[in-house]
Amino acid sequence: MAEAVFAVAAVLMLAGAVGVVASRNPVHAALFLVQTLVGVAVLFVLNDAHFLAAVQVVVYAGAIVILFLFVIMLLGVDKAEELSIEPIFGQRPLAAVVGAALVAVLGTVVVTGADVLTGLRRAGGDRALDGDATDIERMGRVLFSEFAFAVEITAALLTVAVVGAVILTRRASRSDGSATADTAAS
Amino acid sequence: MTGTLVLAADPMLAGDVGLVEVLLTLAKVVVAFAFLLVAVMLMIWFERKLLGGMHQRFGPTIAGPFGILQTLADGVKLFFKEDLVPDRSDRFVFKLAPYLSLIPAFLAFAIVPLGGDFNNGGQVEWWGRTTYLQVADPPIGILLFLAMSSVAVYGVMLAGWSSGSKYPLLGSVRASAQMVSYEAALGLAVASIVLVTGTLSTHDMVVTQAAEGYLGVIPRWNVIVTGLVPFIVFMIAGTAELNRPPFDLVEAEQEQYSSIRFALFFLAEFMNTITMSAIIVTLFFGGPAGPVLVGELGGVNIAWAWGVVWFFLKLFVLLFCFVWMRATLPRFRYDQLMDLGWKALIPVALGWFLFLAALEMGRDRGWSEVTVTVVSLLVFAGAALLLARAVRSGRRSRDREAARADERSDPVEERA
Repeated sequence: MAEAVFAVAAVLMLAGAVGVVASRNPVHAALFLVQTLVGVAVLFVLNDAHFLAAVQVVVYAGAIVILFLFVIMLLGVDKAEELSIEPIFGQRPLAAVVGAALVAVLGTVVVTGADVLTGLRRAGGDRALDGDATDIERMGRVLFSEFAFAVEITAALLTVAVVGAVILTRRASRSDGSATADTAAS
Repeated sequence: MTGTLVLAADPMLAGDVGLVEVLLTLAKVVVAFAFLLVAVMLMIWFERKLLGGMHQRFGPTIAGPFGILQTLADGVKLFFKEDLVPDRSDRFVFKLAPYLSLIPAFLAFAIVPLGGDFNNGGQVEWWGRTTYLQVADPPIGILLFLAMSSVAVYGVMLAGWSSGSKYPLLGSVRASAQMVSYEAALGLAVASIVLVTGTLSTHDMVVTQAAEGYLGVIPRWNVIVTGLVPFIVFMIAGTAELNRPPFDLVEAEQEQYSSIRFALFFLAEFMNTITMSAIIVTLFFGGPAGPVLVGELGGVNIAWAWGVVWFFLKLFVLLFCFVWMRATLPRFRYDQLMDLGWKALIPVALGWFLFLAALEMGRDRGWSEVTVTVVSLLVFAGAALLLARAVRSGRRSRDREAARADERSDPVEERA
């Protein structure tokens, strides 16, 4: 049963991943990305990480890809793009090198087992198995005790990012009025 | 093997899964789906009839007694109309979009407890198996509802985009922005409930609410326990999430659709309304919890059926309220809608959530509830003042900028 679910989810994910890369239309690529993310959520459920599965769908499929779609639709790049020009020089050979490196790393992991790179058999170490608390309780306890500082720092970082984005857009309009008038008109 | 099942929390599916369990689950799925479809049909009729009454006109009268078959007639008509697909549309996505609004509505309905005697834990025993009267009781419970409502955004968004026309696209971008914004308020209201009941499972939420109430007569429903505010926030955010009046700014994405696809969208809207009401009943009004008036009939234990009766009564009252709101309230403008969502509902929901958390904390530490309340109210007043100032100064600087932009753009226009 578990193997069957894994097989279906894996096929779904891989097909989605190929679709993201292969589709010419950015909106289709985003939808394939959703497919991959949902496949990951299924794998989370398979590993009893129900909360992660829900968060995967709510945050990634429900917020991040929606944001992608917003940008794609509002910028009007939702048609197939001209691919013959290379915006950054040497981009494509570099991409090939990085891709080959990624394949090498993943191949190593698959061949030798997951602990080669990180030294851990699973995320969370031994903590993953203590007691019969649900994964939400465990995660909450860890986040607000051991990693409370990290959580606060992340919250501060996000706030700074939002405030920074607002300030950047506002300041541009104040110093260079003609530019904003142009963008507003276009 | 325990990890293979989403339904692991259902006592029925805890051990080995045999033929009876599979059949029982299938039966529950079929019953729930059939119920939802029939309910949608009746809901459309009910809404039109009720609106008619409130507008001092008759509403549907011709098809069947009291026009009750009107929806069926409309469905048949739509089914036989020509199915148009716009020329410049993205065909696959265009055909996919209606299903993306329909399926989440049903999946979210799966976690609603429909019946059972919650004075005794809400379990029923059928064919020697103990089970709940709900399709699924996943450990993430109510989070599934939030996940599904965020997936439902795709239906609206892709419907507008795939038609290949500009105006549906603008409409759908607005509608999805609305849904995404109000999801935050929705989530915060749900968080208050989770905080008070201490569980995510919808079944356990109903069990908590079925406990002994106050003064012997007032039930321990979350609408009272959480102090009404999360309910109001949830109700408003839920209505906006459904794109129902008074938040129905966008109907244009459907105008590109004809025939059975339009029917699917229409169906999805009403199915979402029913699911939302069922979720509200579960979260705030104790779901199927209620007294058992007649425990046995002819030697058969029918205590579980009273749960179904109470659930439907509560659902009916809520659906009536949705129609009532539609008939009463004028439509919002888009900026008013966003202001309400971001500047009123989210701060209020967040503040109330923190207040409930402070009360809970005070109970743990033995602080006086009066002190906690007074301090919280003072903090709220301060925060509200700050927010109001921020909103005011933001508006003032926006106005100033607009005035300056006007001055600047004038000579440009003259030159042109």
